[in-house]
Amino acid sequence: MDFLTLLQVLDSTVRLATPLLLACLAGLFSERAGVFDIGLEGKMLAAAFFSAAIAAITGDVWMGLGAGIAASLALSIVHGLASITFRGNQLISGVAINFLAAGLTVLIAQDWFSQGGRTPSLIGQGRFGPITLPGAEALSGVPVLGPIYAELISGHSILVYIAFLTVPLTWWLLFRTRFGLRLRAVGEAPEAVDTAGVSVVTLRYVAVGICGILCGIAGAYLATALQAGFVKDMTAGRGFIALAALIFAKWRPWYALYACLLFGLLQAVALRYQNIDLGAFVVPVQFMDALPYILTVVILAGFVGKAIPPRAGGEPYVKER
Amino acid sequence: MDKMPGWADAVLVPLISLILAAILSALVIIGIGEDPIAAFNLMVEGALMRSSGWGYTLYYATNFIFTGLAVAVAFHARMFNIGGEGQAMIGGLGVALACLYIPWPNWYVALIGATASAALFGAMWALIPAYLQAKRGSHIVITTIMFNFIAAALLNYVLVNILRPQGAMDPATARFPEATHLPTFQDMFSTAAAPMFRGAPANVTFFLALLMCVLVWFLIWRTRLGYEIRAFGHSESAAKYAGISPVKITVVAMLISGGLAGMMALNTTMGEAERLVMNATEGAGFIGIAVALMGRSHPLGVLLAALLFGFLYQGGAELALWTNIPRELIVVIQALVILFTGALDNMVRMPLEKVFLSMRRAPKPDKRSAQTGPAE
Repeated sequence: MDFLTLLQVLDSTVRLATPLLLACLAGLFSERAGVFDIGLEGKMLAAAFFSAAIAAITGDVWMGLGAGIAASLALSIVHGLASITFRGNQLISGVAINFLAAGLTVLIAQDWFSQGGRTPSLIGQGRFGPITLPGAEALSGVPVLGPIYAELISGHSILVYIAFLTVPLTWWLLFRTRFGLRLRAVGEAPEAVDTAGVSVVTLRYVAVGICGILCGIAGAYLATALQAGFVKDMTAGRGFIALAALIFAKWRPWYALYACLLFGLLQAVALRYQNIDLGAFVVPVQFMDALPYILTVVILAGFVGKAIPPRAGGEPYVKER
Repeated sequence: MDKMPGWADAVLVPLISLILAAILSALVIIGIGEDPIAAFNLMVEGALMRSSGWGYTLYYATNFIFTGLAVAVAFHARMFNIGGEGQAMIGGLGVALACLYIPWPNWYVALIGATASAALFGAMWALIPAYLQAKRGSHIVITTIMFNFIAAALLNYVLVNILRPQGAMDPATARFPEATHLPTFQDMFSTAAAPMFRGAPANVTFFLALLMCVLVWFLIWRTRLGYEIRAFGHSESAAKYAGISPVKITVVAMLISGGLAGMMALNTTMGEAERLVMNATEGAGFIGIAVALMGRSHPLGVLLAALLFGFLYQGGAELALWTNIPRELIVVIQALVILFTGALDNMVRMPLEKVFLSMRRAPKPDKRSAQTGPAE
């Protein structure tokens, strides 16, 4: 494999890792606050549709982004109602949200555009275009480093940079602020937070809300930057890969970045090379597709370190009387 | 005395949840500019007014009975088996292997053999998540989700690279031999004078599904194992104290659950397509969740809920055929049912409990109710 091919694979790794990373960090906020969320997939899907639809109608991709975030937030509120206010089963609520998004997006897409459950292709201002970082042109002559800067680091859409900046931001918010301490505490020992006079319900709603915003950006990225428009079921299990990455990262932001880059790399390789011939045997493309899930099961099984979720995760908090 | 009567808990709460889901579904239909009442009439017309409509309704219901029972058995042990879809896919593989490579003399021997194979394959696919939950504490919901995706990749690989006949384009096995073809309702109930269930895929597997309802009822409420499963589901610590092994119950309950999910593939693979195709499960594994929730994990409830979803599925197909409403409407309805009967259960239950409490207090305000203070 020559240098240019390597660069191209890594470049597509970055692009494919971005939605995973945003969704993974979304799940991180929610689960750190003790609310399990297997509805990441549905929220992304809803955001992907509404961002593409509004961008197609208005011709302004920023309006699309706003609509996507709003749609994702709306589903977050449903999840919050079910799992915080009415103390329902968080997993079942997540399943319901996934189906709700899968059905409603196609239903509305068919009603609005009559194109078999897709949106019109986005053109011009309806998409997030690539951004050329300063000096990319000038430095491209420099051997090795020049192409790396021009191909790999420069030339992505703004949402990619936002996604990667969200990692340090999340770390700072969770581990260096009072809000972050409380948010983590509410996922480990909500009764302690309650005793300290801080509202468990408010904190969890805020966490679920942040989760909604990040899923919204992830979905908008899929439909308006990675691809040009919405197609049915376009998230294709990315919400679950993000969930897998979250477990792989053991609910920590920097490790989430590494896990998402790894899973992005797997997707990029599977996309570029169908079956990988290793000489002695051929690795089928299906194995590459399944690898994130297999790795997650191995991690969950505790064979490679132990993945311990936040202690109060999945449990609705009932105030003592 | 802050509990509702049993009938309210078992019937009234699901019914109100269902009505709420129906109202929201009607609003969705209005939202896309169609008439909900006309749509409902069309669904009834297409699904229930003709014997061929019933043939489809019962065919879909058969799938949902199997997957609904699968989820219900796991629920009794307080586990959420979200992996019915993957277990059914692998069950389909079991059916295909049994039908293709064993020379069966006739269909009923073949059905027995294929049932055993389907159940075995489905159960094996549930074994690893069950073992990891029991021994290593890996959350069964996450592992079964992952196993759904792994199953899809595995099935894709097997169909494309191994079982696909030479020269065939689509990823599917060869057709099953004649001896394994199951009698359809048309074969069973039609006479020359009165053709019934014409062209409908409902087949003898439906009766197997009914038999499974009875067997699951017997298992859960009439056997020692069923008692242990329920005890474990109610309180793990109490079950442990009573000498019930959590590892054993977790694994056994999941094996039964996976086996039931795997048997669903009999209906679609052996009964309908007569070969194994990529999308043989048709999402039934997930609908099983809605069915089990609505049926309150009781086999009778599962049967009724499965019939309802069979009706919705067939009715939805009719809608897609005759109106501008896409089939995805059913996915929305399914989501609303899961949401209201599963996740927002307390939204219905809490006000209802208050109503029942106030009704009970109103006639004789004795000193007991004065002491208990505000209702929980």
